[in-house]
Amino acid sequence: MSHSFDEISQQLKRRHRKSARLKWISMGALGLAGLFLVLFFADMLSKGLPAFQQAYINTEVRYTEEASRDGRLAFEEELLPLISRTVVRVIPLQLRNNPEMIGTSEQRWMLATSEVDQYLKGHRNRLSDEEKAEIDERVATGQVDLRFNKTFFGSGDSKIAENAGILSAVVGTIMTMIVTLLISFPIGVMTAIYLEEFAPDNRFTQLIEININNLAAIPSILFGLLGLAIFINFFGVPRSSPLAGGMTLALMTLPVIIIATRTALRSVPDSIRHAAFGVGCSRWQVVRDHVLPLAMPGIMTGSIIGLAQAMGETAPLIIVGMVAFIPDVSASFTQAATVMPAQIFTWSGEPEQAFVEKTAGGILVLLSVLISLNAFAVVLRKKFERRW
Amino acid sequence: MQTNQLLLLFCTVLLLLGLVAFFVGRAKAARVRASGAAMYAQPDQYAWFAVLSTAGPAVLVGALGSLLLLLLGADIPPMYLLAASLVVAAAGLAVGVAQVKPHFHARQAIERVIRWVLTGAAMISIFTTFGILFSIISEALRFFQMHSFWEFITGTTWNPGASFLAAAGRGDGSGAQFGSVPLFAGTFMITAIALLVAVPIGLLSAIYMSEYAPQRVRTIAKPVLEVLAGIPTVVYGFFAAITVAPIIVNIAGFFGLDASYNNAVAPGIVMGIMIIPFISSLSDDVINSVPDSMRQGSLALGMTKGETIRDVVIPAALPGIISAALLGMSRALGETMIVVMAAGMRPNLTANPLEDMTTVTVRIVASLTGDQEFESAETLSAFALGLVLFVVTLTLNLVSVLMIRRFREKYRVNNL
Repeated sequence: MSHSFDEISQQLKRRHRKSARLKWISMGALGLAGLFLVLFFADMLSKGLPAFQQAYINTEVRYTEEASRDGRLAFEEELLPLISRTVVRVIPLQLRNNPEMIGTSEQRWMLATSEVDQYLKGHRNRLSDEEKAEIDERVATGQVDLRFNKTFFGSGDSKIAENAGILSAVVGTIMTMIVTLLISFPIGVMTAIYLEEFAPDNRFTQLIEININNLAAIPSILFGLLGLAIFINFFGVPRSSPLAGGMTLALMTLPVIIIATRTALRSVPDSIRHAAFGVGCSRWQVVRDHVLPLAMPGIMTGSIIGLAQAMGETAPLIIVGMVAFIPDVSASFTQAATVMPAQIFTWSGEPEQAFVEKTAGGILVLLSVLISLNAFAVVLRKKFERRW
Repeated sequence: MQTNQLLLLFCTVLLLLGLVAFFVGRAKAARVRASGAAMYAQPDQYAWFAVLSTAGPAVLVGALGSLLLLLLGADIPPMYLLAASLVVAAAGLAVGVAQVKPHFHARQAIERVIRWVLTGAAMISIFTTFGILFSIISEALRFFQMHSFWEFITGTTWNPGASFLAAAGRGDGSGAQFGSVPLFAGTFMITAIALLVAVPIGLLSAIYMSEYAPQRVRTIAKPVLEVLAGIPTVVYGFFAAITVAPIIVNIAGFFGLDASYNNAVAPGIVMGIMIIPFISSLSDDVINSVPDSMRQGSLALGMTKGETIRDVVIPAALPGIISAALLGMSRALGETMIVVMAAGMRPNLTANPLEDMTTVTVRIVASLTGDQEFESAETLSAFALGLVLFVVTLTLNLVSVLMIRRFREKYRVNNL
């Protein structure tokens, strides 16, 4: 049976329409992925940005004798439900350090409770109508205001929402990352040098290669089990410490650094090695003086990306106990500490409304650190990348 | 003395001995050379050899000694160990300096040492794998001594309930049931939802980027997709629990369905978003390495562009695409934070994704963060679950590697 030209051209049109449809669908898929990203960031920003501001109340503080025992007595009675409970300890501490202030009074911006804070930001809160009216009145006269949240960046964790900050987690993250980098960078680079420059092509080398690729794909939580069973239970490394967490993360980062370093070493052309061998360098001299310096930008880029990955990791750290409640900044590698992602996890489990904002604020801090690290890595690569 | 103080002392003395070795060795080599002898190596190389022969054996003795100490219990006091390793260091110093002779190949000796050190570094990755296997298997075996393996694999009730009382000496723990089927059902349900989101979007994005997109779009879209992979999972978990889950509940309510706030759909979708870049980036590479001659042949036969992609390019790239999906699946199975924060805690054997259900990783975290004794069956069950997780993800990874290797051999491409 033969078709007329009309039918065939109809069929062709259909086929071309179908072809065009695939293009639009695939474009839509990519657009959808981009849309997720935009929605995600918009959601995080809208939830997290308010955390950088906090409600403060401008009031007279009377540094009386009684106030040095109970800080609440320094304030007017009707304001007490609105002022943060932290004053109970803050004011006596201040007076103990500066005894000459007793008997004076001053006009000061005091931290308000998280309920006032949430009310000013238009979130759910538990204030009574009279209290709301009181606040509205004071807002009108400029006595209650949202100001930059110093506490959030300047103090550690707290069970009192308005007093909780991210500082101890930031310090914990830095210490953990130092341990991770000190272990994984040298070992990773050395392994990569061995595999690329020294190793003979035999079964043993292949075993190591398969192993490394496999390690890169193992779920991170299993590294946590290793850290718990071997580092903590067997070697007796203190639980919750940056040392235990850093060692666990180092093993996780190792494959990332090895793979990045191997790529960087491979991109150095052989002619450089031939020339160096030609003038009588030994293998180690070739690597140390010629190949490694040329590969360094690539190695640094890969290591920074690996470090950023480790910085966002939570699951293995939960297993080694780094979700502890850490109100003070710790200064030792063997003391209990917490890290930013773990702090975010802890806050997300708090039932109070104010902590939702803290969590999102912590997420913004973490994301901006990670994005700047990655951007730095990209700039590094762009600036020093050499095409041979 | 404390361990840190001992360590500090050891390092300081070793550093001093190393410095002594370096300068004495170099001075001696310079003297020999000045006397007119033709030497095989430079003075600096002799000096470095002396340093290596001082520090190397001493560190080795110290490390092995402390390992033995840990393994066998404290039979040797740490002070003796310190003294022994320092004696070894001094002997090494003497040997190293004595070796500064015209006919000694110092450079080759250094080369040999460095090769051993590099091999040692490479061994660490193997130790890590064995460490994971050893730690998981040994604890899992203890668990299987308490509860039967068969019950663990086929049981449909997970109720650790009273097992912590048994560990504390009260009760016999007979009420505890460790049947992992509901956990694996939950895990696979959430993974399936994630793959339903990630595979179509990831694959279609890859098709668009490799077949249609102009160069400019490609250079922007690829890093933007990579951002999705770089977001920490704890952030995704928060997003799933706070933003996506209420939306799912509202949508389900609109259709008259009853959804839990810990439903499986929210973590599934968010996990799917997370693994989009894993799938799209590998698929993109694979589609790009399908030889152009196949596209040209197909177009020459009068196929439209869409038909070429659907009937020629995708079937050719299928092993690679399956491999990408398997990798994504292994990611999703082992993903922890999203499910810990957004999925439920109740082991629930159901086919309804709107109900709350729990996963293997959630149980691992839950049983290791409580206040139980480490010896209790509940804590040890985490390692048994970890063992199964390890085996499943390992298998998926190996199959994925095999598939990509088959693809590579078929089309002789080397950049995958």
